[in-house]
Amino acid sequence: MKTSKLTDLIRKFYIYIVLFVMYAPILLLIVFSFTDTKLIGTWNGFSLRLYTSLFRNKEIMTAAINTFVVAFSSAAVSTVLGTLGAIGIFYSGKRGKAVMEGISQIPIMNAEIVTALSLTILFVFCGIKFNFLTLLVGHVVLTIPFVVLSVRPKLMQMDPNIYEAALDLGATPNKALMRVIMPEVVPGIISGFILSVTLSLDDYIITAFTRDTAYQTLSTYVYGVTSKKGTLPPSLRALTTVITLLALVVLLIANRNGKTATKKPKHIKK
Amino acid sequence: MKDNKNIIIELKNVSKHYGQTYAVEDFNLYVKKGEFITFLGPSGCGKTTTLRMIAGFEMPTGGEILLNGKDITGLPPYQRPVNTVFQRYALFPHLDVYDNIAFGLKLKKIEDRGKVRKLTTKEISEKVRAALKIVDLEEYEDRNIATLSGGQQQRIAIARAIVNEPEILLLDEPLGALDLKMRKDMQLELKEMHKKLGITFIYVTHDQEEALTLSDTIVVMKDGMIQQIGTPEGIYNEPANAFVADFIGESNIYSGTIIDRLKVRFLGHVFDALDEFDKNEKVDVVVRPEDVKLVPPGQGMLDGKLISKIFKGIHYEYTLMVGHSEVIIQDTRNLEINCDAGIIIEPDGIHIMKKELTANVYDDAYIDKNNNVIISDFAFPCDVTKLVPGSKLDSEGYVIGPDGTVYDFTDADIKATIGLGDIEIMDNIEESTAWGNIVENIYKGDHYMVTVRTQQDEDFTLDTVYTYDAGDQVGIRVKPELIGLTLKGEAKKYAKK
Repeated sequence: MKTSKLTDLIRKFYIYIVLFVMYAPILLLIVFSFTDTKLIGTWNGFSLRLYTSLFRNKEIMTAAINTFVVAFSSAAVSTVLGTLGAIGIFYSGKRGKAVMEGISQIPIMNAEIVTALSLTILFVFCGIKFNFLTLLVGHVVLTIPFVVLSVRPKLMQMDPNIYEAALDLGATPNKALMRVIMPEVVPGIISGFILSVTLSLDDYIITAFTRDTAYQTLSTYVYGVTSKKGTLPPSLRALTTVITLLALVVLLIANRNGKTATKKPKHIKK
Repeated sequence: MKDNKNIIIELKNVSKHYGQTYAVEDFNLYVKKGEFITFLGPSGCGKTTTLRMIAGFEMPTGGEILLNGKDITGLPPYQRPVNTVFQRYALFPHLDVYDNIAFGLKLKKIEDRGKVRKLTTKEISEKVRAALKIVDLEEYEDRNIATLSGGQQQRIAIARAIVNEPEILLLDEPLGALDLKMRKDMQLELKEMHKKLGITFIYVTHDQEEALTLSDTIVVMKDGMIQQIGTPEGIYNEPANAFVADFIGESNIYSGTIIDRLKVRFLGHVFDALDEFDKNEKVDVVVRPEDVKLVPPGQGMLDGKLISKIFKGIHYEYTLMVGHSEVIIQDTRNLEINCDAGIIIEPDGIHIMKKELTANVYDDAYIDKNNNVIISDFAFPCDVTKLVPGSKLDSEGYVIGPDGTVYDFTDADIKATIGLGDIEIMDNIEESTAWGNIVENIYKGDHYMVTVRTQQDEDFTLDTVYTYDAGDQVGIRVKPELIGLTLKGEAKKYAKK
């Protein structure tokens, strides 16, 4: 059977078409971040003015710093709690294990707005004032299930007897955990951490509900200005570009990390 | 002989229960210093659980474990001077060979001139090298675990354990994952190693040949209970029961009867025997295939027909039909089959064992309101008039005694007895009264003795001429009049006023 030239072409370039559709909006923003027109669509010559104004804009800079502070601190907390949780679930009894696994993954399925609302109600109920800590708790709740989810497969790949082997060779449970289990799950921990950071970075709903209103993150700031003015402030185009590039760098580092993790470092003998 | 000074480890009434079921029940054993002892049994017999209790990974639910006379029952694994070689090696994949072996040494603290200190790097390095030499992998220090073959990983696992100089080395089916040739080589090496190191070895396997080759003492287990403890020769030549005889080596097992002192009848013939039993006692008789001598027809004790021949390398294995019974015979000669032949079995080739089971007895059965007897949650129709001699049933199902007393046996506790030959076995579960899976299947010459275990862990042992495999799901049925019923307590208690 002869296929028409068009189907042949589509078949060949299908993946590029999909990628183009996926990346076109971002590319558009990136391109137009290098000109200083008010609106996207008109080109006013190459300029870095948007970038200089971005870095001079105190509001945006504070919001950016706030965002990263929340992202990294919540990711750190989630990674520790989530990793220990995953290990705990892995080594718990048959029945408990199934139940715990299910419960730990419900927040992923649950609509974020439900999580956000219930957190708000909980804080109000307990008479807690919204502050950085409530925001942190919100983000930890958001990201923990993803850490559990990325550590779990590493545990499952592991020989289930190595923990016992460590105990057998004289390691206390703590030492066995640190020296034998941890090295096995480190790749999962790293990817869980990165996942947490990215989830927290662009979160709006939970942030909006659990923050102290004076505390702006990038998402609440962008939402605030666009809903007030109705249009996108031009400097946000530069901000988007910066964030995209940052994400790209993180992704590249993560990928390289994954590759070297499977290649073991050579043992140095004294 | 039990000599307390020489005993390194002793298990006293050790049991491990999981809720209602048990993995190990009332396990009693003492192991002498330097002994090579093997726990042998089919999977699920509790041998690995017992080993894990000695290692400290599992806590017994009853009994105690004494190491050099001291109670270590509650001690965690990292405080026990024993080391384990795991079935699937359990090497640490992120460490190389050297660091795997050094793992235990780096954690170790020793007493040196009254001071407690860690081992120095030099000491560790020397010990690791010595251990690698023992397992013949001297050049492998820097190798990655993933680059080693199964056999090499196994050796590293052994090195990692013995480098700590444990008082007891526990080996959990260490050769199970290796191919046959490698397994044979490793068996010899393990035996050498045991001799050289002088450490007590406790070995777990389901491979009877491996157990016979390696061990000083074998503990045969089944269903969490010890069946027999003895030397390899003792267990092979004098099996304690039909299970041991069937599990270890090839064997012909027959049901026999003692007809006089040192005379036993089986295969329709009276044989001289060496084991003394009571007259008329029903017994199990074991004859090893190599103890049966084939002779021309008419010249032996009894005649049969040779029906099959299998070449086994060093000998042929013949099957002789005597009446309805099969006799397996090993003979080095290449003979014609499908013709008559005689056999001779010398008295020392006949091993007589007490019959383990002559009937199924259920102590905690009871009668339900429909006059069924409940055994293991299954309702078997039965004849309740057996409970009162001379009684009959009325139209409502009450038992009417010969004197006119009306009995209501609902919920009455009963001891029920069912003979091995009285249970019918069937594939079709819908037609059966109870069902379960076959857990044991012993060939007895002209029939099989099959044990069916229900989900509630109750066993029904029966004789059948049909072949089933272990694990098969089958149904069973018993004719109501064949179930023996004995009332616990007096019948008066159940009389209706």
